[in-house]
Amino acid sequence: MKKWLLALPLLPAMAFADELNSGDTAWMLVATAFVMLMTPAGLALFYGGLTRSKNVLNTMGMSLAAYAVGTLVWVVAGYSIAFGDGDFIGTGKLMLSGISSDTLSGTIPELLFVAFQGTFAAITVAIASGSMIERVKFSTFVIFAALWILAVYAPVTHWAWGGGETLNFGEIDFAGGTVVHINAGVAGFVVAMILGRRKDYEKAAIKPFSPIFVVLGAMLLWFGWFGFNAGSEVAADGTAASAFLVTNVAASLGVIGWVVGEWIVFKKPTLVGGASGAVAGLVAITPASGTAGVGGAIIIGLVGGFLGFLAVSKIKKLFKVDDSLDAFWVHGLVGIWGSIATALFIADYAMPENYHMGAQIVSQLEAVGLTVVYSGIMTAVIYFISSALTGGGRVDEETETIGLDESVHGERALNL
Amino acid sequence: MKKIEAIIKPFKLEDVKDALAEAGITGMTVSEVKGYGRQQGHSELYRGAEYVVDFLPKVKLEVIVKAADVEMVTQKIVEAARTGKIGDGKIFVSDVEKAIRIRTGEEDEEAI
Repeated sequence: MKKWLLALPLLPAMAFADELNSGDTAWMLVATAFVMLMTPAGLALFYGGLTRSKNVLNTMGMSLAAYAVGTLVWVVAGYSIAFGDGDFIGTGKLMLSGISSDTLSGTIPELLFVAFQGTFAAITVAIASGSMIERVKFSTFVIFAALWILAVYAPVTHWAWGGGETLNFGEIDFAGGTVVHINAGVAGFVVAMILGRRKDYEKAAIKPFSPIFVVLGAMLLWFGWFGFNAGSEVAADGTAASAFLVTNVAASLGVIGWVVGEWIVFKKPTLVGGASGAVAGLVAITPASGTAGVGGAIIIGLVGGFLGFLAVSKIKKLFKVDDSLDAFWVHGLVGIWGSIATALFIADYAMPENYHMGAQIVSQLEAVGLTVVYSGIMTAVIYFISSALTGGGRVDEETETIGLDESVHGERALNL
Repeated sequence: MKKIEAIIKPFKLEDVKDALAEAGITGMTVSEVKGYGRQQGHSELYRGAEYVVDFLPKVKLEVIVKAADVEMVTQKIVEAARTGKIGDGKIFVSDVEKAIRIRTGEEDEEAI
């Protein structure tokens, strides 16, 4: 093995793809399990805790449904669109045709890569669910999630990571700044805009069910994010280790950035703010996790956390859109910061030859622009289809007042 | 006869009860209530949104006394319930026309 490695520089890069590496495979099995935990446990608790008590189960159920439906459409067609051959969209791998347990993707089994990437598809649409909770029909969301992964998530992934060249502007997106966070944030915002505000928005107190859940969920997301970012190297190597470290650093600085903002403006540091800051820091470092050094991660996370706080407490009020759980402000806007910051903070070891920061910033902005426009328009189209198929996408007023847990699911979060 | 209604901080109930027992008051009615006065509740912060919680938990104590005892009893309550901080509560005194003890049929001052 060692001798083979020494000969590597002489071989074309694709030679990597020829041999399975059990270390890489072992790490990716674990990383995939990490990322799986983020959606039905991490995000479900984070979002569930932020929702009013009458809608907790509906909100958590949307994460669970996103994961289940996302997994289904991913193996049926999503993976083919994202990672099949082709320029604008990929083809040829429907129902994973042509992939067996012997097929490799780099140094790991391709089936494992399918599973790893499937967890990304699921969490992306689950993040978007945060903008529409407490009023979208469960049936509408389930159909929306399936169609959205196929028509929005998979193509955007293909352009960034899957070999689509025309719409790849040379951006650096290591673990999903545009693909996951900006994409999800914009989609959530668009649906929230079309659905309209909740009845009580800015009229009555909309207090979170449980800040304890919020913190627990955010910490599970943080844990899973190690698989998300360090797993995106698809190998157990130094870059994965660096991604792991900068992820942890940026998340910590995100907590500090958000809480310090609250402390200065509202005179009170809150736990919900700290948990949200961790998520903002994680979002910000995601595209840069493979290239930023520790110094960069400190700034990316700190600004990410503070920007998230500023967005949710101040900037959001300038817009009339009821983005219920701030998917756009925490994932979309902070994701845009992360994408730009990726070009600003590249560690020496990751610096490409002839690197030109200005050109890279333009590449990043082009990718952000494409994602915003494509996700924005296509999300609206898919929402209208899902809404038409379910006789309107919004629950009736009585259901909204009683809460979706009892009226839609026949369950209650707490039976005291 | 007079009715004294005192709205006090919940943690002061035991002190007030002891003070009234010392003063020979043999009965009272206590309810858990919510309200606010000049204190105007307090605020809670969630993700940058500030929610004002108007109603704070209080205890309402009702005692019926002879008209002659009103000064003494209200004084006892004020002394026992005071912390000096905002939100200590208020006392209201009103007339009571009639009182009847259900078990014996005794009326008015006999009944209290």
